[in-house]
Amino acid sequence: MALAKRIIPCLDVENGRVVKGVKFLDIRDAGDPVEVARRYDEQGADEITFLDITASHEGRDTMVHTVERMASQVFIPLTVGGGVRTCDDIRTLLNAGADKVSINTAAVFNPEFVKEAAERFGSQCIVVAIDAKKVSAQGEEGRWEIFTHGGRKPTGLDAIEWAQKMEELGAGEILLTSMDQDGVKNGYDLGITRGVSETVNIPVIASGGVGNLDHLVDGCIEGKADAVLAASIFHFNEYSVPEAKAYMRERGIEVRL
Amino acid sequence: MNRIAVIDYGMGNLHSVAKALELVSEDTEVVLTADPQVVRDADRVLLPGVGAIRDCIAEMRRLGVDAEVKEAIQSGKPFLGICVGYQALTDFSEENGGVDCLGEFGGRVNFFGKRLKDAQGEKLKVPHMGWNQVNQTLDHPLWQGIEQDTRFYFVHSYHVHLADKALVAGTCEYGVPFDVGLAKDNVFAVQFHPEKSSKAGLKLLQNFVNWNGQQ
Repeated sequence: MALAKRIIPCLDVENGRVVKGVKFLDIRDAGDPVEVARRYDEQGADEITFLDITASHEGRDTMVHTVERMASQVFIPLTVGGGVRTCDDIRTLLNAGADKVSINTAAVFNPEFVKEAAERFGSQCIVVAIDAKKVSAQGEEGRWEIFTHGGRKPTGLDAIEWAQKMEELGAGEILLTSMDQDGVKNGYDLGITRGVSETVNIPVIASGGVGNLDHLVDGCIEGKADAVLAASIFHFNEYSVPEAKAYMRERGIEVRL
Repeated sequence: MNRIAVIDYGMGNLHSVAKALELVSEDTEVVLTADPQVVRDADRVLLPGVGAIRDCIAEMRRLGVDAEVKEAIQSGKPFLGICVGYQALTDFSEENGGVDCLGEFGGRVNFFGKRLKDAQGEKLKVPHMGWNQVNQTLDHPLWQGIEQDTRFYFVHSYHVHLADKALVAGTCEYGVPFDVGLAKDNVFAVQFHPEKSSKAGLKLLQNFVNWNGQQ
């Protein structure tokens, strides 16, 4: 008997629609987020992560409404991220029905915000999203840095130290994305995943790069992730959640069936 | 019409639990309230809870929810506690440097600890976050139709130990064994979140909606 590794489909949502950057396929629209989330709940997904990539204010209102609709119909944990900058943003999302919020850029520019948010709302609902990129050369000991602005701006912050700092400030969970791997479908960056997971005492979600079911297995076993997140393999029906779970279970990973 | 009072003392999101209750029963009215009269008039009472226990208990005392809870428990109407709403019913929690709880049932709430390990010596993360198996230790109307060892969704860093083991409704293990639920007469309380536990959780809530309050 043990805690199951979680499988988390991730929805990138823009102006109230799921989109996915499988750029070379030119498929923009992957559906209504509530319908998509319901399908995943039905299939046995353990959680849903919903990242709002809308820039405009009108879009933000649409998103809050979408979270409300989703929380009325989907009864598994829901994490919402994208543009979370203030405690008011967090309150709005939690009131709309989110269970956790994910803080990304705002944590880099103002780490105290994580502390304030954790004290006010409880660590259990504060996820810190870390976008890391490998900066060490081939053959050197692995070193990863935090990047912002979609991976364009280096911050000079070491990703493992940063994760530790986020835990100290009250983060309840780390959503770790490898910027090198994201969208490439070669699997998670297992070095940084394991490095962070072995260092912190809070759960770590591996993200970025899943192209097949072995990648999910590797993320749990070699990467020591507590949860594995994926988007396109599920959105475009390459694999279903039950297939992923059956595959993981065959390889000795505890999953919820 | 079946009226359920979800006690709202300002801590966390009650949206999901209200929506889940509405979903599992057609003739149910769910009211989010701290008004003692509304709680008194309801057919069943649900005490939710999320966040730090010191703030939860402080708000309960400030709003008179402590007295409402006591009255509801004594009234014999079906009562369901969830997460911190379960922990709050015990005597004492270690969280926030030590907090006296409502003391409706003997028991203590302890921290999982920073160096938690499983039987193989692997590090266990805290909070205990995710889907874990629940061992139902007694037959109860609220477990009806839910298989033994079904996984429910947990998110907590503190765990309950009831003083009277005859009241334990279920157990779970995460580095240490703990009491995952309590059953006494018209009261049922659980550590996990049924409103976030998909089909199994909805089944438990449906059982609550249909429960007559007797074991």
